[in-house]
Amino acid sequence: MKVLDTYAPNTWCPGCGDFSVLNAIKPVFRGLMEEGVGREDIVLVSDIGCSGKIMDYVGVNSFGSLHGRAIPTAVGVKLARPSLNVIVHIGDGGAYAEGLEHLIFAARRNVDITVIVHDNGVYGLTVGQAGPMTPPGFKGRSTPYGSETAPFNPLELLYVAGATWLGRGYTHGIEQLKRLYREAVLHRGFSLVDTLQVCVTFRNMYQSYNGRVYEVEGHDPTDEHQALAKIREWDYLSDGPVALGTLAVRDRPVFCEHFADYGRQPVDVEAGVREVFAGLT
Amino acid sequence: MDSFSVLIGGKAGDGITEAGGMIGHVLNRLGYRLYQHVDSPSLIRGGHNVVIVRAHRRRVGAHRDHVNVLIALNRQTIEKHAWRLKDEPVVIYDSEAFDATSLPPVAHHLRTGIPIKTILAEEEAPPVLRNTAILGAFCKALSIPWSVLEDVVVTYQHKMPELNLKVARRGYDLASEKLLIHLPGSEPLPILNGLQAVGLGLVAGGLKAYAGYPMTPSSGLLHFLAEQAPRFELKVYQPEGEIAVMLMALGHAYAGERVAVGTSGGGFSLMVEGLGLAGQAELPIVAVLGQRTGPSTGLPTYTAQSDLEFAISAGQGEFPRAVIAPGDVEQAYAWSRLALDLAWRYQLPVILLGDRTLNDDAQSFFTEAVPELPRLAQLDWDGAAMDPEPDLAYKRYALTKDGVSPLAFPGRAGAIVKVNSYTHDEWGITTEDPGMTVQMQDKWLRKGRSMADELDTLPLVNVYGDAGATRTVVTWGSPTGALREIGELAGVRIVQPVVLWPFPVRQLREALAGSDRVAVAEVNATGQLASLMERYGFRVDARLNRYDGRPWGVGELHRRVEEVLA
Repeated sequence: MKVLDTYAPNTWCPGCGDFSVLNAIKPVFRGLMEEGVGREDIVLVSDIGCSGKIMDYVGVNSFGSLHGRAIPTAVGVKLARPSLNVIVHIGDGGAYAEGLEHLIFAARRNVDITVIVHDNGVYGLTVGQAGPMTPPGFKGRSTPYGSETAPFNPLELLYVAGATWLGRGYTHGIEQLKRLYREAVLHRGFSLVDTLQVCVTFRNMYQSYNGRVYEVEGHDPTDEHQALAKIREWDYLSDGPVALGTLAVRDRPVFCEHFADYGRQPVDVEAGVREVFAGLT
Repeated sequence: MDSFSVLIGGKAGDGITEAGGMIGHVLNRLGYRLYQHVDSPSLIRGGHNVVIVRAHRRRVGAHRDHVNVLIALNRQTIEKHAWRLKDEPVVIYDSEAFDATSLPPVAHHLRTGIPIKTILAEEEAPPVLRNTAILGAFCKALSIPWSVLEDVVVTYQHKMPELNLKVARRGYDLASEKLLIHLPGSEPLPILNGLQAVGLGLVAGGLKAYAGYPMTPSSGLLHFLAEQAPRFELKVYQPEGEIAVMLMALGHAYAGERVAVGTSGGGFSLMVEGLGLAGQAELPIVAVLGQRTGPSTGLPTYTAQSDLEFAISAGQGEFPRAVIAPGDVEQAYAWSRLALDLAWRYQLPVILLGDRTLNDDAQSFFTEAVPELPRLAQLDWDGAAMDPEPDLAYKRYALTKDGVSPLAFPGRAGAIVKVNSYTHDEWGITTEDPGMTVQMQDKWLRKGRSMADELDTLPLVNVYGDAGATRTVVTWGSPTGALREIGELAGVRIVQPVVLWPFPVRQLREALAGSDRVAVAEVNATGQLASLMERYGFRVDARLNRYDGRPWGVGELHRRVEEVLA
């Protein structure tokens, strides 16, 4: 299917995990369209970096935002038009470093958007500096003698912050990615898919991940204890097993849901302004 | 007396601002025109708060330093403000808060001490009703009929109206008539502060959403619009900080909703990243920038006009914008509406520059003083395909003669709407092509020129006072109110550019024609408007600056004007 492509030349490195993300999200959009969602009702908001280039490659509405700022941008779009499906593509640098405050607050408020994190644990487009998910000891241009700080567990942080749908995927498993993205997009409330996305140029983790990832089975993501245990199983540092799949789901009120009711009745602005003036007299 | 000033002072937490408002409502009912200056430190409890209510038969736009009536809820009010007393002043005070020996040398018969603690105890009223007791005494001292006060209390004291009435009556009965004021008898007018005027102007301009993070002196706009949200179906909310405020607002703009943000210099600094995004992605946004004394935290609750150069130049790169600085509530209303229209007509950021004085001081609102400004229509896409390929039918950044591309928003079938912080082509797809880079930059320049041309058809520069005088004071923003009056008192020409960017060269030249001595008055240290004028070849003979955080009263500024223009 040619639909949803653009004329923009793709500039990702051969073998980049971003291709998997692209090839997983487009079928999700196509699926939504086949089910009656208008193409015009999909908005892709992207951050800066290699992940951000995805906006050029998908033929849907898009907003190429600033580094770390894709999430507040998406929140604004969603609050303006609650009927839109708003999907954020962002790297771990944007989501877990520069824009971490926005991420926590979007989760806390349970804004109905989907965040797809291209989590490769390195700054790729700026040629290989350590990022928030880079393990200590990483030798990049900004840490020639080895980085010092350890990653944190973003899913644990977001669960505590109040996220209502959390999952983890891997760019070596495209069918699973499609399922996860679709589930996340259909979830009512804040959803995030931490996508272990391999940067073949600066931090090739295929071998390491291939031996450790597994798909969760018999896991009840709606059970708080199971959800948190599964989220905590891998701390983003150890060489232990890495669970993939839907890890946590819960139900909480969505931020400013009443905005969707606005516009049903016309508002007489002029009369309203006159009333306010009268009230101030 | 047909014009006078009343000062009420007390501890922060005494509700002085509200008490000043109640005095204003009483005098408004009598037909006075008002200016209410608020002075309060950045404290919740224990500091010293003051409101000066100036009442006049005619429109006035600033406070005077001297007062005729002093209402003291604490000793500090006397200590700090006794110098303001003039002629035969009346002093009303809480006789149980401090002893009368600390009063200024005011004739005995002009003093009125009210035992507020006793009144409150006897009426079993909470301490917040201190103001009500003293308001009662104030009305009696000025020979204001009880019925007027009764009406004001009933209208504005929604909590415990009956108890308020009782306490007011006690204060009223315990005081005696000291002054006979005129009852102008004119119809009452709305009393608004600058932020309320901005809020109403934005709403009249079609505002649908407002995001704000609390910061003095712009929080009032967040409060006002949050309160009005149900009436106008406004989406008002408070994000996690100013960076998010700006980016969320740009999300609204992209989705087609008229939106504004408000802050002060520190928050605006954080928004500047997003301001540049608005420039690059051509997203309409109105930013209300309330100036206060800087740099950094500075004096949070005191005024300044030191962010003009910042507003004009904030952000990397070169993109068009407008900077508008209203000088009074009527201008604030009309120009805020225009600001929203302008942002959407030209798809760019518009900064509304206010300050602590304009934002928080309240003034009688004169409908006849509202500038007549037209509505500007945004350019919506007519649906005609811009390219034979259906996916490319809509170009968000179509290159046009006037630089303005037709708008479409997500949700519109047949349009793929791509906006981009990166340099982009007509469809919004990223490019690094040198030719396209130049074409887009040139588009912005054309857009900026189109906007400047259209703005030049509007009254951008006001002239007050003696329009034929050769001695001229140029000012901008909040000092306009004081200078309007001084212009008439001193026979001086007052020139006020409302739009400061694009700089209104042609209209300023016309307004200054025939002036042989030009002073520029502004509340900053370096004379930012004066520098801007010089950049455009205007001669500035004197710079009249103040930068202690306080606004000029009419009297003091009048003296300064006479000095520099002598």
